[in-house]
Amino acid sequence: MPNAIKHVLFILVPLIAVFAVLPGLYQNHLLLFNFVTFLILAQGVNIIYGFTGYLPFGYVGFFGAGAYGFAVLVMHYQSPALVAVLAAGLVGVLLGLLLTPLLRLSGAYFAIANLAASLAVLHLVANPALEGITKGPYGVSLTGTFNPSHAYDAALVVLTLTVGGVVFLKNSSFGLALQAVREDSVSASMAGVNVVKMRIAAWLASALVAGLAGGIYAWYVSVFYPDNVFSGEFSIFAIVFALFGGVATISGPIIGVLILYGVYNLIGFTTPQYFQLIYGLLIMGLVLFLPAGLVSLATRRGWHVP
Amino acid sequence: MSPDTKPILSVDKLVKRFGGFVALDGLSFHAAPGEVLGLVGPNGSGKTTAINVISGLYAPDGGEVAFDGEPIGGIASHKLVHRGINRTFQVPKPFMSLTVRENVRVALAYGHIGGTPPALDALLDEYRLDAVADRPAADLNSAQQKMLDLVRALATRPRLLLLDELAAGLNPAELHWIAERIKQLAAGGMSIIVVEHLMGFIEHITDRVIVLNAGREIFEGKLAAAVKEPQVIEVFLGGEHAA
Repeated sequence: MPNAIKHVLFILVPLIAVFAVLPGLYQNHLLLFNFVTFLILAQGVNIIYGFTGYLPFGYVGFFGAGAYGFAVLVMHYQSPALVAVLAAGLVGVLLGLLLTPLLRLSGAYFAIANLAASLAVLHLVANPALEGITKGPYGVSLTGTFNPSHAYDAALVVLTLTVGGVVFLKNSSFGLALQAVREDSVSASMAGVNVVKMRIAAWLASALVAGLAGGIYAWYVSVFYPDNVFSGEFSIFAIVFALFGGVATISGPIIGVLILYGVYNLIGFTTPQYFQLIYGLLIMGLVLFLPAGLVSLATRRGWHVP
Repeated sequence: MSPDTKPILSVDKLVKRFGGFVALDGLSFHAAPGEVLGLVGPNGSGKTTAINVISGLYAPDGGEVAFDGEPIGGIASHKLVHRGINRTFQVPKPFMSLTVRENVRVALAYGHIGGTPPALDALLDEYRLDAVADRPAADLNSAQQKMLDLVRALATRPRLLLLDELAAGLNPAELHWIAERIKQLAAGGMSIIVVEHLMGFIEHITDRVIVLNAGREIFEGKLAAAVKEPQVIEVFLGGEHAA
């Protein structure tokens, strides 16, 4: 059996099946929706960071832009929610295109510039002068499209496509070439790889994923402010979850979200007073002892982790 | 080179500056199919810069590089790879976290347009990498990493191959072995340019050498003749040795 089919059967299918069944068994649908959102975002970070090495500290910029893309279409054009979600993905891609010059930077410089870019988008959207378009800092209310269960289903579809995309990257020469670019861009070009094109492709794919997730988030919550959908927490969480599990794998970011976001909520429910302490220690432990993520526990022993 | 063979590569009055430093100062030479050409010269004479310009890493600041009679100066590396130029690096640059096999697969998948790619396992076998094929490139010793660099280049079926100090750090048995491989590649019609400090190795494999000093050629011909040339002796050993 080819690896790609194995990865779909043993990772993608069970994951989607569990999250499709859970809403019938568990009452807190918002929590489940948040899990799905972070699964999507962590895989989005995986695509750009795991496969090309660019750390997107301002990843939330695409998410927030997607949310507002959704809102603008619904408010001004009375679009059906699905059309608005697709538009949200497009907004993510367009913002990604606009920011492609950032790919000239590397390492911390890229991370900082990306963070600055996301703040710039936030302040553009939240500008009172744009109240006629985005409602500025006063937030949007999209009661017309409010339908959490459809939004949840849409999130599952996007999660399927995103994880499917990562399965493709993990099993194709395209994904291999991306990793080659991450390892050594000069050697990659001498292997015949168009380095610039590859980086842009991964960047836009990653932006698309976050844009779609943002649009669906807007659909689900229906009332939000710029500070909600551009909250730096989305970037940080998505990055920490992906790193905790281990990037450049299919399962790493999934494991990361399930464990860390699970623990996050567990602490939040049981001992909220120790929340930041416990969470902080957990992340410090990760950075100190498992910089390559949980999956490195297995890869260190020579086991292959998909 | 016989006079009727058309050069595959001609470098004409090539200039490359880095700020105020002139690394190539009007370098001219040519290479023919099936020929092993040596580029020799003291450190800083522009050998590696010449290779970097020919392989598209740097755009030239003046002069011209022509491959198959067409100017290629300033064309992106991956496009030159598709046309049939490839190289190895002085410090080998494999994709460290990928396995040896994956390293070569990238080049097989992206390195050439049309035609059948060379067989991966045969290539690994031929360059003694079969035993480590599924290990990450980071686990390889430096000689093996050099071979991986070479195999990555060969996987793209180059017609012009630039070898930047491939022999440095190899033991005598490996040197002898790789020299035979290089000669065989050239016998198959490949044009090979070798940058090297090991004169014995150069003597053994090259048909012709270009001696560089301060970014331009000062001698062209057999290595045996080069060492009798006063200007070459002066550059390598200092003025008092030149008779």
